[in-house]
Amino acid sequence: MSVALAQPSSRPAACPACMAAPLAEHLADLPETDSTIMLSLPQIHCAGCISGVEAALMQVDGVHSARVNLTLRRVAVEALPAISPEDLTRVLQEAGYEAHELDAALLSTTQADFQGRDLLMRLAVAFFAMMNVMLLSVAVWSGAEGVTRDMLHWISAAIAIPAVIFCGRPFYVSAFWALRGRRLNMDVPITLAIVLALGTSLFETIQSGEHAYFDAAISLCFFLLGGRYLDHRTRAGARSAAQELAALDVPRAWRIRDGIEERVAAADLVAGDLVLVKAGGRIPVDGVVREGQSELDRSLMTGETLPAFAGPDTVVNAGEVNLTGPLVIETQAAGRETALHKIAELVAVAEAGRGNYTSLADQAAKLYAPGVHILAGLSAIGWWLATQDARVSLNIAAAVLIITCPCALGLAVPAVTTAASGRLFRKGMLIKDGTALERLAEIDTVVFDKTGTLTIGAPRPVGLEALSLSAKRVALGLAQGSSHPLAIAMANRLRELDLRLADITELHEVPGFGVEGIWDGQKVRLGRAAWLGATAPDVTASFVQIGDGAAMQISFTDSLRQGAAETVAALKAQGKRVVLISGDTSGAVTRLAREVGIDEVHSEALPAEKADRIAGFAKDGAKVLMVGDGLNDTAALAAAHVSISPASAVDAARSASDIVMMGADLSVILDAVETAGQARKRIRENFTIATVYNVIAVPFAVIGLATPLVAALAMSSSSITVSLNALRLR
Amino acid sequence: MAILGLLIPISLLLGLVGLGAFFWALKRGQFEDPDGDAARILRKDYDQHPKD
Repeated sequence: MSVALAQPSSRPAACPACMAAPLAEHLADLPETDSTIMLSLPQIHCAGCISGVEAALMQVDGVHSARVNLTLRRVAVEALPAISPEDLTRVLQEAGYEAHELDAALLSTTQADFQGRDLLMRLAVAFFAMMNVMLLSVAVWSGAEGVTRDMLHWISAAIAIPAVIFCGRPFYVSAFWALRGRRLNMDVPITLAIVLALGTSLFETIQSGEHAYFDAAISLCFFLLGGRYLDHRTRAGARSAAQELAALDVPRAWRIRDGIEERVAAADLVAGDLVLVKAGGRIPVDGVVREGQSELDRSLMTGETLPAFAGPDTVVNAGEVNLTGPLVIETQAAGRETALHKIAELVAVAEAGRGNYTSLADQAAKLYAPGVHILAGLSAIGWWLATQDARVSLNIAAAVLIITCPCALGLAVPAVTTAASGRLFRKGMLIKDGTALERLAEIDTVVFDKTGTLTIGAPRPVGLEALSLSAKRVALGLAQGSSHPLAIAMANRLRELDLRLADITELHEVPGFGVEGIWDGQKVRLGRAAWLGATAPDVTASFVQIGDGAAMQISFTDSLRQGAAETVAALKAQGKRVVLISGDTSGAVTRLAREVGIDEVHSEALPAEKADRIAGFAKDGAKVLMVGDGLNDTAALAAAHVSISPASAVDAARSASDIVMMGADLSVILDAVETAGQARKRIRENFTIATVYNVIAVPFAVIGLATPLVAALAMSSSSITVSLNALRLR
Repeated sequence: MAILGLLIPISLLLGLVGLGAFFWALKRGQFEDPDGDAARILRKDYDQHPKD
């Protein structure tokens, strides 16, 4: 059972992609006929959702069982091999539950669960041993003498020694790796204290001595394991929701070979392959369009809101979304060679640059570990010089180590992070990284992306009132015949006006241009400016034309995300510098910046420029919070001091960021900043409390007055105080 | 003090029973989905499909 902990540390890999990549390769080897399907359900929250999801899935033919896990927000489905995850996500979507395929993450999450279980088991054993040894120790403290005391000590030893060997394993392993890397971490003094305490106590017991620290050694293990478990649980919960991100896109593509279409993994494509991308599909490779016409949504790659035309010889990039017509693309670069993957490399570089953040706990450990060792060493030497008695001086050294041992320090950070993460989770934020809150508390600059972050990323038609009634009716009739996002937005808006439908015949979509049909004997068209002979304006717009009449413009704006203006205003009021960096055209960006009240604006920024700008801010000493959602933001997200992305963001962006907000409202960012500030304050308070306890108790230990009773009291009272202080955050 | 010879084994035994019960619960997956189990018990629909 302990194999999983043989790794150097229980921390997750530095980047989710590192964990997902080997898994994805492994997945490609597996036959697709696995009968267990895992789906992630980010929005379920109550008993009704459990019933709803399970009932909806059980109605599908071929599904044998469905079991929702509300804690991890996912469902495990046992089904016939013929059932595909897409079928099930569609069923759930129709039933009103957002669902995502989750198969690659399966292996690594069971691994995380396994680790949690392992820690819980050690915690239980430590608790059992601690309670029993404490019970025996009470008898010793209340005055057992002679043979009775020896017997109690021997029984304590028999319980405590195996228990400590078993329970303390995570600390020993971590201390071993730290020493091998010639570093000192918190686990080194812990391990030393445990080993020294057990050793001297055993020696004392053999010599029928008075003081044995078995209870201290085991309760030390218990409190510290408690801290570890809290830490693990916080991260595992957020990770299971966020980790799916790395694995959400199980990329597959339609390859055309000898006129036959076949579904292959996108990783298997090579240069020269012809790939069919249907309307609504994401382009899997970099290449050139060979056949077909359509429009491309490049917003995730560049932040541009205006769909771009694509016809033969148009160069396309992986990650763009094909909107209206099918396209056949000749692959020029696939997999690692694509522009998309180059962004991933930018992310890796940016992440490596950020890796040198020292958490508060590590800062404390850096001061603390050498201090404790020197103190223990000095008191041992002092006592040896004074008494020439090795036994006494070793006893004193053990007492000093135990008294100063960082029980409270080990709990100080995880207890606060758990409480703060819990509070933010209820507000719809997932904290993916243990130190994210500490870093969030330090920020003085906030950088926003535009499309999809400050705005919802969905266009909304404006100025429809200016159109004539017949134009509106025609526009509605035509718009209903298209699945283009602008057409859908227009149709939704026009339907609210309660119009009589225009009776349009021969309605058909002209991929890449728009829709046309016949109404009242006249040709009617809805589509791009160039198609209708109008000049393209600098805003997102569609045109409608009846017969040979002039083309009429329908403009679109992107609606602001809820709470955007308030959030910006509040951040500014707190004295933070607010910046907008977007890949969109300067006209659109400045207009939006004026609307939300941001003065500092950078437009038409390429992905690398975004990251560079943020690195530039950091060089000037700013601590940057980056809020973004697109692929073009991922490098910037990774480069920033701390980053937040909305749940609607692309998976790469979500995995590059530290915090994911599940709701649509931006103002939770304010809550997060506030909670982070409080959390940092509590962590500092906790360190102070722990230090005060030490400062009071250490003199006792050094002058030799620290009995096991004093050690037990100091240890448990400081741990409890620290935990209670952390709970005030909830 | 002879009573200790009886009381200590008894207290250890009781502790072990508790530990064993915890291990059993852990093995049976009772800590896999605490939120879900808390919600499930309040549902109206009967949730005990016999395994097929």
